[in-house]
Parts: sequence; structure tokens; C-alpha cells
Amino acid sequence: VERTSLLKMMEISVAEAEKRTGKNAVNMQETYTVYLIETRPVDAASEGTNPVPDSLWRRYSEFELLRNYLLVTYPFSVVPPLPEKRAEFVWHKLSADNMDPDFVERRRVGLENFLLRVASHPDLSSDKIFYSFLTEENGWKETVFETGFQAKADSRLKALNATFRVKNPDKRFAEMKHYGDELQSVISQLLRVRARAADRLYGVYKVHGNYGRVFSEWSAIEKEMGDGLQSAGHHMDAYAASVDDILEEEEHYADQLKEYLFYADALRAVCRKHELTQYELEMAAQDLTSKKQQREELATGTIRTFSLKGMTSKLFGQETPEQREAKLKMLETQIEEGEELVKERNAECEEFVKSAWVDIERFKEQKDHDLREALISYAIMQISMCKKGIQVWNNAKECFSKM
Amino acid sequence: MSASVVDNTVSSGNSSVAIPTDISGQILDLDEDDELEVFSKDTSTTQTDGSSFNASMQTSPASMINQYKFEEEEEDADTKDIFVTVDNPESHVTAIETYITYRVETKTTRSEFDSSEFEVRRRYQDFLWLKGRLEEAHPTLIVHPLPEKFVMKGMVERFNEDFIETRRRALHKFLNKIAEHPIFSSSEDFKIFLTAGSGELTSHKKQGPGFLSRMGETVKAVAAAVRGVRNRPQEFTDMQEYAEAFSQKISSLDKVTQRIVREQKEYLEELKECGPTYALWSQSEQELAEPLKNVAGCVDNCCKETEEQVKHLNDHLIPVLHEYVLCADTLKAVLRRRDNIQADFEGKTEALATKKADRDADSKVLSLAWDSLVGRSPEEVKQQKQQKLKGEIKEMRDELDKAEDRLEWANNALKTDWTRWQKVMRTDLRSAFIDTAERNVSYYEKCLAVWESFLQSQRTDAEGNGKVDSS
Repeated sequence: VERTSLLKMMEISVAEAEKRTGKNAVNMQETYTVYLIETRPVDAASEGTNPVPDSLWRRYSEFELLRNYLLVTYPFSVVPPLPEKRAEFVWHKLSADNMDPDFVERRRVGLENFLLRVASHPDLSSDKIFYSFLTEENGWKETVFETGFQAKADSRLKALNATFRVKNPDKRFAEMKHYGDELQSVISQLLRVRARAADRLYGVYKVHGNYGRVFSEWSAIEKEMGDGLQSAGHHMDAYAASVDDILEEEEHYADQLKEYLFYADALRAVCRKHELTQYELEMAAQDLTSKKQQREELATGTIRTFSLKGMTSKLFGQETPEQREAKLKMLETQIEEGEELVKERNAECEEFVKSAWVDIERFKEQKDHDLREALISYAIMQISMCKKGIQVWNNAKECFSKM
Repeated sequence: MSASVVDNTVSSGNSSVAIPTDISGQILDLDEDDELEVFSKDTSTTQTDGSSFNASMQTSPASMINQYKFEEEEEDADTKDIFVTVDNPESHVTAIETYITYRVETKTTRSEFDSSEFEVRRRYQDFLWLKGRLEEAHPTLIVHPLPEKFVMKGMVERFNEDFIETRRRALHKFLNKIAEHPIFSSSEDFKIFLTAGSGELTSHKKQGPGFLSRMGETVKAVAAAVRGVRNRPQEFTDMQEYAEAFSQKISSLDKVTQRIVREQKEYLEELKECGPTYALWSQSEQELAEPLKNVAGCVDNCCKETEEQVKHLNDHLIPVLHEYVLCADTLKAVLRRRDNIQADFEGKTEALATKKADRDADSKVLSLAWDSLVGRSPEEVKQQKQQKLKGEIKEMRDELDKAEDRLEWANNALKTDWTRWQKVMRTDLRSAFIDTAERNVSYYEKCLAVWESFLQSQRTDAEGNGKVDSS
């Protein structure tokens, strides 16, 4: 976690979640969850005093608004993702209900993670809207809309069009986009498989609970074996119960994977933005070239390319020198403007490529580090699960020996 | 414990074979814990006629008593003088059928065997025959079950490798249980089973009680079952209740274990896809490629371990539980047979009492009238009648005595064998569960090692790259 100037100043956390009811936009009663964002000046903690933190309540839709703003305003940044809107990759024990307390808790953690990610981003952390999201409860929404960011958003259609028609995108971005696709695909697959395996593992452990019950009943009819059976049964019950904690920890691992599943999307968004800027540059350049060509034709009187002008002049006769002169002048102006535009767009493009690539490199390092940590913590979880298993079965074995 | 031999017979019976209490002087080395068996080792010979139940019953009580010490398992192993193995299944094809034979190898130091080593081939039918003979000879002793004829679930082929192996193991256990049983192991049928060539065995099989006499026994058994038992002693009712309860519990355990195996297999199916997914991912990565490949390898290793663990459960715990499910049925059958023997005795007692009442009743007017029609004097007729009744009563009394002996024999045999069976059951199930627990521990230990090696590799990596992991 980078120590940005924001984080040097304040501690951020999403401390609680609460249910609220209220009237929505169409005046209907709805229940929703709000999350408590707490901020505390860093110095206070180190001084030893513990003043009451500043806090405000936000709901998920406000987080979404913040993120959309950041996406539009910092198109060259890989913007951290929000935790999932709806529960996906669930297995039977997990609830898909947004109101389920476990889901809410995991979302709370995810939202806190989101804020910390933004707060540690070199560019995003110094954003004013972000700062006021953390500190100003009232009127924040209006402030965001006032930035007019929605107007700056690229339309989907425009972006899609660019993707198909761009001729010379930066190779690195093309590769990154492809990587984003692969990452998304493979993590989805992994999450699906993992969820199914978790479901099965749950079944295996829980069936052992039946041993507990039968051993207990059986011990009632036996004289010498009774005690051993009874106590072994208790261990079987413990074994069956242990799977709940195990799988809860694994859910945590799944959440870490999910974050990078959604990050893949953010990565691809940056690449698409590059394609768009590159495309717009190419369009401007193409336009300039065609205008220059027209000027040439007009100047030399030759018509090399098919044009309406050519046709009409053939049909209606050549235009007058005055007309030609006027046209040439107009073209010259357009060409001047065109060259300015190309210069502008070129600069934009270069600027974008530079900034975006910096952030992509930063993202790559973060991803490699985080995922490696996630894999390590997964291994640690597995080890812990094995240790529990060893303990339970050793205990059971002792009880069986007493049979 | 010695008091148990003089009990629970119906009071009206003239128990000529009741064990007099002065026999205690002849009992040597009797500890508190020893069980006393009321039969000699030779009585388990082939019975040519089911109704003359035990030839040795006619011998004196003294010679019938064989002290039998229940030794601890360790001593059993030391004194074990016969070793039987079942292996090497082979398929035989004839014009009519295809069947499997198994090699049965015996090594023994017992004197009643002509040699110390024998090797024969036997098929499932032969085992069935042996079991039937032992049950006939000892209706109230507990014979260890044979594997079932067919396995209904899953349409298992008779000649499927797993099926044959499972059956072979069960047949091996069956013979060993017979060999370990104090009575069965000295059975002549058992000896012939182990030693005879196939021709000899076939002819010996033919010598058994004929079809008609077997039918007769079955009819008697049905009649007795229909009649029902009037005064079943409490201890046998207790046994009945135990058998019921045990049957339920062991069946439940069998079902639970099979369910666990099913769930484990389904878990394994899912887990098998995890490794390849991590491997696929590693192909898109650079820095992460190595740890991802590593994780893929770990998951695959855990898969292998899980597979072996499931196999072990299938091959070791499930067969044992299944055997004892069948045992529970045997217990119930043995108790039924004992009830039938008692019902038979009670029936005969009633019949004798009725006959005696006939004899003591006044002469029947009707029959005298008839006989006078036929031209015989009333006195003559009465004399004839009395003679006839006397003869019948003597016969019935003899039958009753035999039935009483049979009942006493059956009861004592059952009680002793019941205790023995419980010990064996406890040992078998205890070791099966311990074995399973140990296997589970070993499974988790192996998986633990797999993941620890991953952590180790990551630590060395980090050190190599100059990074230090705080984990």
C-alpha cells in the first residue's frame, strides 16, 4: 500500500453496515444497506489519544457513482473495482441474497478495500471529489454531477466502433487487452470450479456428523465398547462442524480472486480508451490527408480521385477561377485547423500512452504481489485445514482404541 | 458361570442329561472369567440324520464336558496351528457355464490332518455348501457370513475384477473365521473342504442328509415357527433385542460410510478441474507463472491422495461393515432357530401331557360300541387300547427327552458362542475403525506436506529475489 499524501494524513475504514428503509425515486418503500465510513487523522492515533473519528453513511449506489466519476475523469488509470453488485459463484450454503448478513459483511470489507486502494493510488488519491466522498455527507452527489463528468463519458458505441476500426494501436496495449480477457476468463473458471468443490467438501464433512449420531445410539446397546464409541462420536461431530470455518476462510480467498477478476475489466477499459484516442488521432490524420489531397487536385486541376466535384465539373463544366480560389482558401483554413487537431490528438495520444502505461506497470506489480500473497494464504489455509483433520482423527483413533 | 449349565429347562422334563452339580470337582483350572462349554470337540462331525442331533449326547456327561478357556488374542496367535489363504482366482469355461475358482492353501500342524500343507481349488458353490453344513450341524452357533451371491446395486458383472477381488477377500476372511472358531475348525466337513480333491469333495457332498430328510427338517422348522415359543427365557429375549438394535446401527454405519465415499468421489471430480485451471492461468502470467504452476501441482497431488483415501475406505472399512450387516442377520436367524427348537420341545411336552390324559381318562363309550360291533369283548379292547397308549407314551417320552437335550444343548451353545462372537465383533470393528482413522491422519499429513513444500518454495523465491515476506 503506497503511502500517498492522503494516507499520510488520514486513516480510512468502513466500520459498520446498517439496514435502512426509505422511499426511493418512484416513491416506493425500499430496504437498503448503508455503510459507515470513518476517517481519523493519522497523528491522533500516534499521539495516543483516541478521538471520535469523523464518519458518514453511504450506500452502495454512491460508491458506484464515485467510481463512475473516477473512470471518466482518469481514463488512463486502472481504477480499483468495487465488490460485486450481486453474489455470484455461490455454492449452496452461501446465500445469494443481498440482505444476507454474511454477504453484507463481505461487502463491507470489499468497500473498505476499494477506498484504501483509491487512497493509495498516486493519481486518484488527490482527487477532490474522492476527498469529499470521505468527508462530506450532504450535497456530495450534487457536487459530483456539477463536474459534468457524465457528459465527458464516451459512449459505448463510439468505443466499440474504435475497437473495430483502429489501425495502429500500440502493441503493448493490444497485448494488455488480450491479457485482460484471459485473466477474466481463467479467474471466472477458477471461481466456478472452486465453488463446486467447496459444495462437495461441505457434503463430505457434514455426512461424518451422521457417524456421531449412530455411534452415540450404538454405544447405548454395548457394554464394553460404549464409552469409546460415544467419545469417538463427539469427535466426528467436531469434524463435521469444522468445515464451516474452513469454508468461510476460503470465501475470503475467493473474494481476493474476485477483486482481480473485476480489475481485469478496469484494465481492459484503459486499453479501450487507448484504442479510442488512437482511433481519433487516425481519423484526424486521415481527414487531414484527404483535405491535402483535395487541395492538390484543385491546385493542379487534375482529378485523380473520384469526387462529386469531378463529376459535377464534367457534367456542368469547370468552375470559375473565383470559385476555385474560394474553395482553395477554405481548404487551406481547414488544413490548418486539421494540422492543429492532429497535433492535439497526437499529443493526447502520446500523453495517454505515457500515463496509462505507467499505471499499467504499477498495476502489474500490485497484481503480482497481491495474487502471490493470496496463493500463499491459500496454502496456509489448506495447511490449517490439514492440521485440524490430523488432530480430529488422532483423537478419534484414541477413542476407538478404547473400544 | 458354572451354574449356567443347569437351568432353563422345562420342569416337567426328565432331563437325563442334566449336568449334576458334583461335576464341579472334575473341572480343573476354572478361573472367574472362563466360560464353560457343555460339548466336546468331537460333536461337530457330520450328521447323517438331522434328527439324531448329537450322537455324543448318549455318552456320559463327564466326557461331554470340555473345559474351554477363552484365551486373550495374543495367546490365540501363539497357539494358532492352522493358516488358510484364499487367492489366485481363475476363470473356468465349460460348455454349460463359466465360473471362477479360487486357490485355497492350508498350512497346519494339527494331527488330524494327514499332511502339513494342502492346496485345492474351490468355487463359490463349495463355500456355500460348507456354510450350509456347519449351520445344519450347529443351528445355534454363529457362522460368519459369506459374501453375497450377487451384488444388486450397480449391475456389477460377476467377472469384473473389483468384484472378484472383493469376493476373494471375503472368502478368505470367511475361512479364517471358521478356522479360528473352537468348534467349527474341527469340523470334518471343514477338513474335507480344505484337503479333498475335487472328485472326493463331490462324492462327499452327495453323502450329506438326503433331500427328503432335509425337507423333513424344514417342515419341522416351519411347524415350530408357526407354533411359536411360549416361555422364552429373558436372556434370549435380551439377545433378540440386541440383535435388532445392532442390526439397525450397523446398517446405518454401512449407509453412512457409503454416502461418504460417494461425496468424496464427487469432491474429487471437482477438485480434478482445479489444478488444470491454475496451470492454464500460469500460461498468461510472467512473475506469477511459477507460483501458479506450483499451486497446480499441489492441487493435483492432493487429488491423488484423495483418490487413494477413497479407495482405502472402499477396500477396507466398507467390506467389514458389510460383513457385520450380514452377521446381524445371522444373529437373528440363530435366535429364530433356537426358538424353533424350544417350540418343538414345548410342543412335544404338550403332546405327551395330552396322551397321558388320554390314558387316564375313562374308556370311551363310542369306541367300545364300535369294537363290540366288530365282535371283540370290551375288556379285550380296553387292554389293547391301554397297551397301545403305553407304547405311544414311551415313544413320546423318548422323543421328549431328546428334544429337551437338544434344547439345552442349543441354549448353551448359543450363549457361549454369543459371548465369543461379541468379542470377535468388538475386535474386528475396533481395528477397522482404528485403521480408518490412521488412514485419514496419513491422508492429511501427506496433503500438509504438499502445501508446506509450496510455502517453502515461495520463501526461498522471496529470499532469492531480495524480497522478504512478512508471512
